[in-house]
Amino acid sequence: MRLIAENLSGERGGEPVFEDIGFSVEDGESLVVTGPNGSGKSTLLRVVAGFLPAAAGGVRIAEGKEAFPSVASACHYLGHQNAMKTALTVTENLAFWQRFCGEGRLGIGEALDAVGLGGIGHLPFGYLSTGQRRRAAIAKLLVSHRPVWLLDEPTAGLDKASEHRFTDLMSAHCAAGGIVIAATHQPLGLERAKTLEMGRSS
Amino acid sequence: MLALYLRDLKLGVRAGGGALTGVIFFLAVIATIPFGVGPDLNLLARIGPAILWIGALLASLLGLDRLFQAEREDGSLDLLVLGGDRHMLTLTVFVKCLAHWTVSVLPLVAAAPLLGLFMNMNPTGIGATALTLLVGTPAITFIGAAGAAVAVALPRGGLLISVLVLPITIPVLIFGVSASYGAVNDPDPFFQPFLILAALTLFLAVIGPVAAALALRHNGD
Repeated sequence: MRLIAENLSGERGGEPVFEDIGFSVEDGESLVVTGPNGSGKSTLLRVVAGFLPAAAGGVRIAEGKEAFPSVASACHYLGHQNAMKTALTVTENLAFWQRFCGEGRLGIGEALDAVGLGGIGHLPFGYLSTGQRRRAAIAKLLVSHRPVWLLDEPTAGLDKASEHRFTDLMSAHCAAGGIVIAATHQPLGLERAKTLEMGRSS
Repeated sequence: MLALYLRDLKLGVRAGGGALTGVIFFLAVIATIPFGVGPDLNLLARIGPAILWIGALLASLLGLDRLFQAEREDGSLDLLVLGGDRHMLTLTVFVKCLAHWTVSVLPLVAAAPLLGLFMNMNPTGIGATALTLLVGTPAITFIGAAGAAVAVALPRGGLLISVLVLPITIPVLIFGVSASYGAVNDPDPFFQPFLILAALTLFLAVIGPVAAALALRHNGD
């Protein structure tokens, strides 16, 4: 599978944010999008996910298997918000997203163990600290299978140990033939990572 | 989809869900009417169905602004839209409407017979009004979802939703009230307006979610 973006331009409120960006990411590769604040990293990810219309150009999946005909169906999106309900427990949140997204992969308990939150699944999500919330949101990537992970500042709020653990999770995902596209300020420590630096031209 | 329905039910019932605000508002409106109108029992009985319907209409508009706004604030809306590629965003909206109706509006229908007693209505009138509310209120939720989707990005969109949606709910109100009267006043028909009310609900059950899904897809920011 390959994710290809061609001549991609994005705008917010009529103002162009980036223009003529192209990249191609294959199975097992990752793309790290860097750049100063306001250079359009988040906008790029939202355009790729299809939340925002592209001002020009387009994103497509090539050689996708039957299960993932379109970009949206192949993507996990982890944005700035964690997309979890504070009134529900961590387990309830994850179980919901697993059933909603389908294609179950890890069990809830395993996923929580993988992010180092084993044993707190019974707590309401609202009781967790910022870093724990982030890790629970990362566990959401593990409970159902999507080949492409779109990550917007995934490590915000994580401590060093959790960052390492998350790097391992991303590496494992890539090693299993997945694709990671991450917008970040911090080095993620991924091997075989392409980089895309935004905000050079403007 | 069942998972989404159950999650929204849980969220509505747990703390902060606000499922009861509608019922309390409904109770407050209906309880004050007799004081305002005065102790004319015949008059109360005559305007009873209309007052119940207006109260239920306004109460069911109350919680609508949170339908998509709460999802948007914690980022869930993005994932619901993303998941829409697999099982149609329209269906997702439809299920969310059903859950909202079950949690916030069904209690209004359940409370209507009790409040009908406040209005000195006879048992037939109470039964007919509760039945028309049961059949008619889903229409308000479905079309309200379209309003909620349009106003999802506005921080205080509640009033805007009511203004957007009220004109479209007027036919529902008219046929609901006329069916309720039809059950009590003899020459007036019950079944014709009741069937039109049911048709309105079915019609809006399609139009509302489709319009809401369209609005949600295009408000991306």
